Amino acid sequence: MASSSGRAGLATAAGTETAALAGLDNLELRQASDSAGDRARRIWAAVWPKLLAIAIVIGTWELVHLSGWKSDILPGPAAVFSNLGSLLHTSLLWRAIGTTLRRAVIGFGLAIIIGVVVGALVSRIKPLRAAVGSLITALQTMPSIAWFPFAIILFGTTTQAILFVIVLGAAPSIANGLITGVDYTPPLLLRAGRTMGLSRIAMYRHLILPASLPSFVAGMKQGWAFAWRSLMAGELLVIILGQPSIGVLLSNYQDQADMTGAISIMIVILVLGIVVDTIFTRADIVIRRRRGMLDPAPAAAAAGLPSLGWGWLPWVRS
Amino acid sequence: MSVAHQNGSAPPGLVPGASARSQPVTVAPGTEAGIRISEVSKVFGRGGSALLALDRLSLTVDPGEFVCLIGASGCGKSTLLNLVAGLDAPTSGEISASGQPIALMFQEPALLPWLTVARNVELPLRAGGVARGERRRRAAELLDLVHLGGFAGKRPHELSGGMRQRAALARALAQDAEILLMDEPFGALDAMTRDLLHDELDRIRAERGLTVLFVTHNVREAVRLGDRVVVLSSRPGRVIDEFGVPIRRPRRIDSAEVAGLAAKITDRLREEMVRHGK
Repeated sequence: MASSSGRAGLATAAGTETAALAGLDNLELRQASDSAGDRARRIWAAVWPKLLAIAIVIGTWELVHLSGWKSDILPGPAAVFSNLGSLLHTSLLWRAIGTTLRRAVIGFGLAIIIGVVVGALVSRIKPLRAAVGSLITALQTMPSIAWFPFAIILFGTTTQAILFVIVLGAAPSIANGLITGVDYTPPLLLRAGRTMGLSRIAMYRHLILPASLPSFVAGMKQGWAFAWRSLMAGELLVIILGQPSIGVLLSNYQDQADMTGAISIMIVILVLGIVVDTIFTRADIVIRRRRGMLDPAPAAAAAGLPSLGWGWLPWVRS
Repeated sequence: MSVAHQNGSAPPGLVPGASARSQPVTVAPGTEAGIRISEVSKVFGRGGSALLALDRLSLTVDPGEFVCLIGASGCGKSTLLNLVAGLDAPTSGEISASGQPIALMFQEPALLPWLTVARNVELPLRAGGVARGERRRRAAELLDLVHLGGFAGKRPHELSGGMRQRAALARALAQDAEILLMDEPFGALDAMTRDLLHDELDRIRAERGLTVLFVTHNVREAVRLGDRVVVLSSRPGRVIDEFGVPIRRPRRIDSAEVAGLAAKITDRLREEMVRHGK
């Protein structure tokens, strides 16, 4: 429009300047292209150690089994996996997983809400900082299982008791993540925000909160680990009749001294925990990559779980 | 070597999206100053550990004038810019600046890494309550002005250092300020990029009729850009000398005229350092 015709009228010196600038920009931005083969190789490099780790665990287990140590109670991997396979075809396991995940979502959701509110207040109000800040840290050092007697006396053997302990376990980490993020907002960005004339609220909305996002996600990830542990402990201790959950199944197998069943459930717990943890890890990587806080190549490899395609399988490699 | 001010040299009507305030400002002696700093002192800390950073510093920058501040470390250049920008208050003295807001650029681009270049440029407009469509339009215009039109959707980390600094300049211009304060904005760039950005700044400043107060360590850069170069003493900072730059634009940083005046200023700076060595 007006701007382009205006610029065309400038002196030739400006023309060469523009061309030189464009040339310099191109020189500085030239990047190596990333072929599909490269990506597959990178992903494979990230995945094979994990496969090897699983192989080592199962191999060792099988060796112990073959050696005959406690062979009357300790089943081999084959027995456990076939038991797990048939468990996966029962509705009981899926109902139990449903109950447990529902509790996890509600408990963790409450923890996020409470953690964010507390974190926001503490990071904004100085007098609160000294008092509540150390309280949060103290809460974090308390093993969540120690809260159960208190929770059970307070709420009885109910879901509330479990949720209560999940929130106590996870909310401090989430609040701390937010507080740390706000504290470590780069001072230069704050200065830039002030020169731009951002109001206090705009400063929070456009600058401080987005700046603290990586730390907040790290807090959520840690909070999830606490929540998951609290939940498992809670389900073993607070058994509600007519509500099968992962913890109830595990506890039943313990009562029946059914080691095969118990290990099957432990594998389910492990897998669920890893899946959720992976979601947070990926969110973290996406955020960091967008901000250029991450070297793109290793990041892609770290994120390169099978969801990126089947290139990680050795026989699909190009 | 006679013309000191070239502000009116850009033909009128060249300004993209020309608004009243982006017309070149004609320098009329005697009118209200662009920036007037009078007898400003700044003390940091209290009691025995108090540090006098600026000592009754006085400086006037005319509307449309480009003044470079130069001085050794500890001359309080950045402190002075903070005071003019209103980020900090002087201990004594007075600062008046015609035309608000005042834009400030740092040595680091200070772009928000999670926003695209275009959103970064829009941010000051957002703070000013400009509607979304208008915001988009003005940001695109400003990015064209700094030749970053094709990079609107990129994030800062995908750009080179020079490009980021141009994006920061576009963001500063988005404030629609008449006064632009620059704190060693090209200090971290390589010489070739810096050369090109000098040309860019010359052009944009002429198009927009900006009043610029530019802090630098680099004497040649000061002579290349400024209408006037002001030399500050160190600890405490005060004005010790002033050089007009009667070199016709466009200037080249490697021209004999620029080098000659730069040598004179460097000698003056050395004297000041020798004084501190005693």
